[in-house]
Amino acid sequence: MNLNILCYLIPALIMFCCGVYGFITRKNMIAILISLELMLNAVDINFVVFNRFLFPGSMEGMFFTLFAIAIAAAETALAIAIIVNIFRVAKNIDVREITKMKF
Amino acid sequence: MDATIQILILAIPLFMFLLLGLLGKYLSPKIAGILGTTAMGVVTALAYYTAFNYFFSGDPNFQREIIGEHGETVVEHLQYIVFNPVWLEFYGNLHINIGFMLDSISAMMLVVITTISFMVNLYSNAYMRDHDGVYEKGFQRYYAFLALFSFSMLGLVVATNIFQMYIFWELVGASSYLLIGFYYTSPAAVSASKKAFIVTRFADLGFLIGILVLSYYTGVFSFMDFTSAPVEGLADTYHISLDTASTVLATKFAGSAAPMFMGCSVLTWALVLIFMGGMGKSAMLPLHIWLPDAMEGPTPVSALIHAATMVVAGVYLVARLFPLYLQETTALEIVTVVGAITAFYAAMVACAQVDIKRVLAFSTISQIAFMMVSLGVCRPEYHHGVGYMASMFHLFTHAMFKALLFLGAGALIHAVHSNNYTAMHGLRKYMPVTHWTFLIGCLAIAGIIPFSGFFSKDEILTACGEYSIFVYIWMSAVAALTAFYMFRLYFLIFWWKEHKVHDPHHAPHDQPWPMTVPLIFLALVSCVAGFINFGDFVTYNGEQHTFDLDWTVAGISLTVAVVSIAVAAKMYMKENPLPDKMAAALPRLWDWCYHRFYWDELYMFITHRIIFGLICKPIAWFDRHIIDGTMDAFATVTNKASWSIKGLQSGNVQTYVWIYLIGALLLGTITYICLI
Repeated sequence: MNLNILCYLIPALIMFCCGVYGFITRKNMIAILISLELMLNAVDINFVVFNRFLFPGSMEGMFFTLFAIAIAAAETALAIAIIVNIFRVAKNIDVREITKMKF
Repeated sequence: MDATIQILILAIPLFMFLLLGLLGKYLSPKIAGILGTTAMGVVTALAYYTAFNYFFSGDPNFQREIIGEHGETVVEHLQYIVFNPVWLEFYGNLHINIGFMLDSISAMMLVVITTISFMVNLYSNAYMRDHDGVYEKGFQRYYAFLALFSFSMLGLVVATNIFQMYIFWELVGASSYLLIGFYYTSPAAVSASKKAFIVTRFADLGFLIGILVLSYYTGVFSFMDFTSAPVEGLADTYHISLDTASTVLATKFAGSAAPMFMGCSVLTWALVLIFMGGMGKSAMLPLHIWLPDAMEGPTPVSALIHAATMVVAGVYLVARLFPLYLQETTALEIVTVVGAITAFYAAMVACAQVDIKRVLAFSTISQIAFMMVSLGVCRPEYHHGVGYMASMFHLFTHAMFKALLFLGAGALIHAVHSNNYTAMHGLRKYMPVTHWTFLIGCLAIAGIIPFSGFFSKDEILTACGEYSIFVYIWMSAVAALTAFYMFRLYFLIFWWKEHKVHDPHHAPHDQPWPMTVPLIFLALVSCVAGFINFGDFVTYNGEQHTFDLDWTVAGISLTVAVVSIAVAAKMYMKENPLPDKMAAALPRLWDWCYHRFYWDELYMFITHRIIFGLICKPIAWFDRHIIDGTMDAFATVTNKASWSIKGLQSGNVQTYVWIYLIGALLLGTITYICLI
């Protein structure tokens, strides 16, 4: 089976667009966070694929992806903590309802 | 010569001002009053000593003997600079000194100021209390201001240069303002003090411009440079010299060939502007409107400031610069005309006033105008410059008898609690001391022999007669009016009808000794001061000269005065309908006199209708609508714009993402199209 680069990039693009769509349309903060992760992972796939197909001799793309995954994990933990705290104060995690700090 | 005494004369009142002003609230009123009075007593003694020394010690610094016109020996009074340190140095020879000049008129003024000030200080101890002996609120402040005034006035008369005079001139204006507004809870007093300050400040603007013009063209400030020449062999001594004035002016003005401005020489302009300052301070028409209102202040203050000392500062100013005025007789003619009109006007108004202090105020204006006229008609060729001597003589006698009349009025007001003669009528039996001293004051001002006013007024009329027969008749008419209104006042206060006593326990009575002693002292001075041969002390060029009484003039003025008093007695001695009938017969004249010829209304019209209405209002409109409007427009446009676009800053991240996404896609599309 001969897979070319598009076989990887098109699913990544679909993933990314799903992430964008979810980010814009969802009301729940957790869902927005998941959409964000989806976009991030799409980008990670792109990194790996471009490294694999364009520069087969080097490994930088792989390493960057590993770093990005690590940072995404930390960021998710942080975001979850914020969301939990918002929930404690507002009893709600709907982004359209959380307007207390708006002028 | 040691200057300690002269320094003390200025330093003690200043120190008392600081002491009573700063620490007054820690002192009891009684202590403050005694302290102020004692200090002024010491200053009086020092001033008497200085004046006595100056006139009688025969010190070569003070007088010398010269050969007169006809080969006789004449004693000449000199000008001695006691001290004169530089106070402000600008550059080169342009500097301002604060000094002490002793000459015949300043020595005479020292005596007048300290005497009246001491009497007023003493008098106020009793006057500024009610009948139960409770001191008025602010008693210490009152004494502090009196001390400030004494300091300023003494500094004014001993000034060595015109700038020092200006500084102290403003200081007396400030202390006058403070004392008129002493009862600061009364709106009338507050507005009167503001009126006095604003009117005199306006006049002082002219004074300042005059000083600047004069010193710009001549390059000097000092009186010695204008009017005097150094005496050989003595460093600090000068003698009055008309030649100096003419040489200074000739050399200083030679380069620019006596610059002219609007048809008059610059010097005339300078002198007229300086005289404008004097008009403000001395309440000459048309700047007289502040003086009658200044009577809102405590009565002893009126006696000290607004009758005897400060208001004659204008006369003193002209006398001080007299050699310069002699160079430009146009300015002196203006002085004469202003003085003559004011004298007549004020005498007319005084005939119709009800408030006794107002009558005395207008009488003061009229008498100061007499002094001004006397200076204006003085020429060296007329009988050895009799006008100058007469003016200073009248200043001296007037200060004494007018202070006496004011202090008497104060005693009356204190007794009946009203300023109007309608509340007084028939007081002669209740207040004998006040009655007799007031009568002496009235006789003195009316010009009855042998009281002091007779002699000085006679010299003034002689001077007027030498100058022009028209001025003589005019001023004699004013003298007749003076005798009439003073005796109208006297009869209405002390005669007219029996006094109605409302409460037998509180019948009007003579006041305690601090108030009667000054009255008796000043009355005695008014009895004897006329016999002083004033020419021995003050003449226009400092040389002693004996002025003989002109019995023709004296006889005429005496007759006129006696007739006026008789008319006043006929009209006002016993209650009768004659005064009302006369007022009804001449309603227009009575109304105009009663309302002071509507000068206040005229000023109100000019300031409110013309200046405020036609000038200030359009300017205010321009400021509010054009200038403010432009600025407001900037602010409003910015504000509106911000409000309309603030919706973009929604705080909703998803909206931002939408916008970002659309923007990025657009940008990508455009880039793509461009690249193809």
